[in-house]
Amino acid sequence: MKLLILLVIVLGIIAIAQLAKVSELTRSLRQVREEDISLADNKMNAFLMLVWMVVFFGSTIYLYVVYGDYLPDSASEHGAAVDRLMDINIIMITIVFFVVNFLLFYFSFKYYYRKERKARFFYHDNRLEMVWTLIPGISMSFIIVYGLITWNKMTSPAAADALRIEVYSKQFDWTVRYPGDNNVFGTADFNMISSDKTLGLVTPERITLQIDTIDGEIAAIKQKLSEGTELLPESWVESMEDKIYRLQRHKQRILDLKEFKAGDNLSTWEAGADDRIVKGEFHIPVNREIEFVFRSQDVIHSAYMPHFRTQMNTVPGVPTRFKMTPTITTKEMREKLGDDSFDYLMLCNKVCGVAHFNMQIKIVVDDEANYNAWLKKQKTFVAQIEEDEPKGAVVPSGNSTVIALADGRSM
Amino acid sequence: MAATEYTVHGHGSHGHHSHEESWISKYIFSQDHKMISKQFLVTAIFMAVVAVMLSIFFRLQLGWPGENFQILNFFLGDKWAPDGILDRNAYLSLVTIHGTIMVFFVLTGGLSGTFANLLIPLQIGARDMASGFLNMLSYWFFAISSCIMIASLFVEGGAASGGWTIYPPLSALPQAMPGSGLGMTLWLISMVLFVVSSLLGGLNYIVTIINLRTKGMKMTRLPLTVWALLVTAILGVLSFPVLVSCVILLIMDRSFGTAFYLSDIFIQGEALDVTGGSPLLFQHLFWFLGHPEVYIVILPALGISSEIISTNSRKPIFGYRAMIGSILAIGFLSFIVWGHHMYVTGMNPFLGSVFVFTTLLIAIPSAVKAFNYITTLWQGNIRFTPAMLFSIALVSTFVTGGLTGIILADSALDINVHDTYFVVGHFHIVMGLSAIFGMLGGVYHWYPKMFGRMMNTKLGYAHFWLTLVCGYGVFFPMHFIGMAGAPRRYYDYSEFPFLDWVMDLNPVISIFAIIGGAAQVLFIFNFFYSIRHGQVAPQNPWGANTLEWTTPVKHLHGNWPGALPEVHRWAYDYSNPAHEEDFVPQTIPLKPGEVGH
Ligand code: HEM
Ligand SMILES: [Cu+2]
Ligand SMILES: [Cu+2]
Repeated sequence: MKLLILLVIVLGIIAIAQLAKVSELTRSLRQVREEDISLADNKMNAFLMLVWMVVFFGSTIYLYVVYGDYLPDSASEHGAAVDRLMDINIIMITIVFFVVNFLLFYFSFKYYYRKERKARFFYHDNRLEMVWTLIPGISMSFIIVYGLITWNKMTSPAAADALRIEVYSKQFDWTVRYPGDNNVFGTADFNMISSDKTLGLVTPERITLQIDTIDGEIAAIKQKLSEGTELLPESWVESMEDKIYRLQRHKQRILDLKEFKAGDNLSTWEAGADDRIVKGEFHIPVNREIEFVFRSQDVIHSAYMPHFRTQMNTVPGVPTRFKMTPTITTKEMREKLGDDSFDYLMLCNKVCGVAHFNMQIKIVVDDEANYNAWLKKQKTFVAQIEEDEPKGAVVPSGNSTVIALADGRSM
Repeated sequence: MAATEYTVHGHGSHGHHSHEESWISKYIFSQDHKMISKQFLVTAIFMAVVAVMLSIFFRLQLGWPGENFQILNFFLGDKWAPDGILDRNAYLSLVTIHGTIMVFFVLTGGLSGTFANLLIPLQIGARDMASGFLNMLSYWFFAISSCIMIASLFVEGGAASGGWTIYPPLSALPQAMPGSGLGMTLWLISMVLFVVSSLLGGLNYIVTIINLRTKGMKMTRLPLTVWALLVTAILGVLSFPVLVSCVILLIMDRSFGTAFYLSDIFIQGEALDVTGGSPLLFQHLFWFLGHPEVYIVILPALGISSEIISTNSRKPIFGYRAMIGSILAIGFLSFIVWGHHMYVTGMNPFLGSVFVFTTLLIAIPSAVKAFNYITTLWQGNIRFTPAMLFSIALVSTFVTGGLTGIILADSALDINVHDTYFVVGHFHIVMGLSAIFGMLGGVYHWYPKMFGRMMNTKLGYAHFWLTLVCGYGVFFPMHFIGMAGAPRRYYDYSEFPFLDWVMDLNPVISIFAIIGGAAQVLFIFNFFYSIRHGQVAPQNPWGANTLEWTTPVKHLHGNWPGALPEVHRWAYDYSNPAHEEDFVPQTIPLKPGEVGH
């Protein structure tokens, strides 16, 4: 195989070399010079310009016809306005595309070199130049104004009674949180994240638990170090000491958090108790304004929902928002498209690592009743904690922690 | 003698030069602008070959996902293409390095480096650049940074893989992906050296154009190539330092525990000790360079095509002053539009509106340029040299790609196509194809000046038509894939059934890419073969007006054997009815009664 590839390459080069030689030879035989473009060659290229133009326009029309319905009708309210704006823009640029490319290729063809003609000495015309400054100027003003009207509408603040939903990203999946019956999200903090509580919700119990866990880890490492380090590589010892330092810093940040927030913010800590956290798929009610609040755990991701004409980056440390009102339920959309397996999706649209290309979550748009029924079935945060952490079993066993640490990855 | 006159003039440190140079000082550490230009060009061709090969590797995966291609295994080895299937991390590395090389090494360093060096002294009538020594340094920084970038492909963990825009935190955290380790470090070092090269070059170009114009060469008589190169250099000098700051802060975050761009991050089981930074700061700094950068890429190409189109239509460029005005307007506006890359970052929507406004304004001078080109062709007497063909194609891609930019500039629409294949289609056509066409056109046109020989025209035709068809064939359909909702930088789309119906375009695109890539062999062969075997060039093969064609075919230090030429008119007196010949070189004095420019 490798040989074959090399062979093809070598043969290809030899073939070109031969071609070049032949053409060079005929040239010198006929006493033609490279810089003198023969009339025949010139005419051929002019003609090819026309042929190319036809092929180019033909393929463009083909693509428009076959692939022009880029997405189904928008399933959100602002999306319908975006689509209208898009249609108008596409029509405008398509017209300009055809006109300008036509003039370019047609003139190239029409004015190919002829011996008897002299080019027109025409280098300046204020009126013409004014015209083609004004035409784009006016078109642009129209596009700007129309575009900004749409933009202002879609980015205006969400209504006070909008349903707020938090979308949380991490390599390489999405988690969605509903604020629960009190309609308030519990406070979250990245210091409170652990491998199974990825959102980092803060509750007094979880603070104690997290501090205990860290203390446990520190103790375990110290234990290991005190058992004698002669046999271990120095770099490992150093990395463990470094790890202790980082764990202590981590603990300190949690203590700060406690001190800072504990006073008056206790209510928001408790507000998290009834938050509902879901993965794999999430539901939203139709015809109700939804304000998405985005957070990210590690790197920038982007929550892209093409069917709703919606996209917003999720940025670690910087919460972002986007509001939209879904208008077509999943069921209706399936009927519309005649496709029973159709689902709305949220895709990651900012490169975020190796599995970026498959970071998706299913969105189900329900009518109000189905949505409420679905939501009821999702466990609250407190219920989840009670389920996987029966009271008492807190500190992980020291040994397993250190072994896990040695590979530098999980704790 | 030229050399003595040269030292007498005392431009920089040229005193020790003489005509009997050693091989090393002639070909390696040359301070002669013509040689440096050729060094840039050959390096850029090498880098372009690498970048095109990388793109074909990942196009194989995109066209036929999961299929095994022995050729991938042959080039990339068992680690990156086990069983001939491209590894997922390797895919991202290839995309990233492809983009980086194309944008910076081929179309910035390569394009400006080649043509600014060749044309500025020759077209303004100077003996060399203001400082030959800095010019040489500029090339060598470029060469070293190219080597480092290429070397980064071979390190453990792979090359940088967060995209050419290297957004942190992804690029800042080695835990986030393998490519953010040593590969990213090398990327950053290479980029700092690259900027040094750009700045040395850019300052030199500006100083040369301002100070060393020959007698009579008023700014309003400069060929448009020189104008374009001047504005390009100014853009570079003003924006590249911001990239350096941006990169240095990133290096600090990566290696010295600072948190300019990082905050509230939990990764690989650890809550990092970083708070208070903002990833958006990076994006503002990056795009403050990043946007002017696209004009740094395109302006020289536009300058080159103005020259070629006018010469080969045998007509003056239409609206010379409007062309200069457009270049200046584009240059200025390009500094206040960077936010159009950030509509979906959560940036304040009102700020977004401001960027919509400034961005769409750029469409106006761009449109003026396009119409001026077309009017230049109108009623011309067109000679289709390969250079002319590429220049006409450039106008087409500039218009086609510019139009889709209108959609991306409109924030309300960008929400839905940002970071999709629509963007990939857009920037490849408006920046990739246009600038590559400008560069290729420039090479065909000035090859006789560079090497004293002609390239083979027939091969040039074949090369052109294949490149044009394949170029559009690759990038035009990408818009439709993007509008259907396909994100960019995806390794595989088969997890998304809603995209299946557009994905049958992908093999077609890949086939065009392979043919288009292969067609470049025609060019490369023609280029290297003609250096020795091409027909010997006449002094002024295209009947052009500019000063470079008044120098002897055989290069000499100081460019003109005798005194410097004196300029009496603008560069565009083609088919002037007051003259017999259809071209009037700039050195010809005005006839009595003739109105000059
Ligand atoms: C043989 C010709 C070329 C082919 C087939 C090609 C193809 C591609 C493809 C498929 C991508 C990946 C898009 C994605 O997944 O995000 C890409 C990225 C890119 N290409 Fe090209 N390209 C070519 C030439 C060029 C040229 C001439 C330029 C110069 C401007 C260029 C600049 C870029 C850049 C900046 C990126 C983005 C890289 C990133 O995502 O970080 N390419 N190219
Ligand atoms: Cu992601
Ligand atoms: Cu930009």
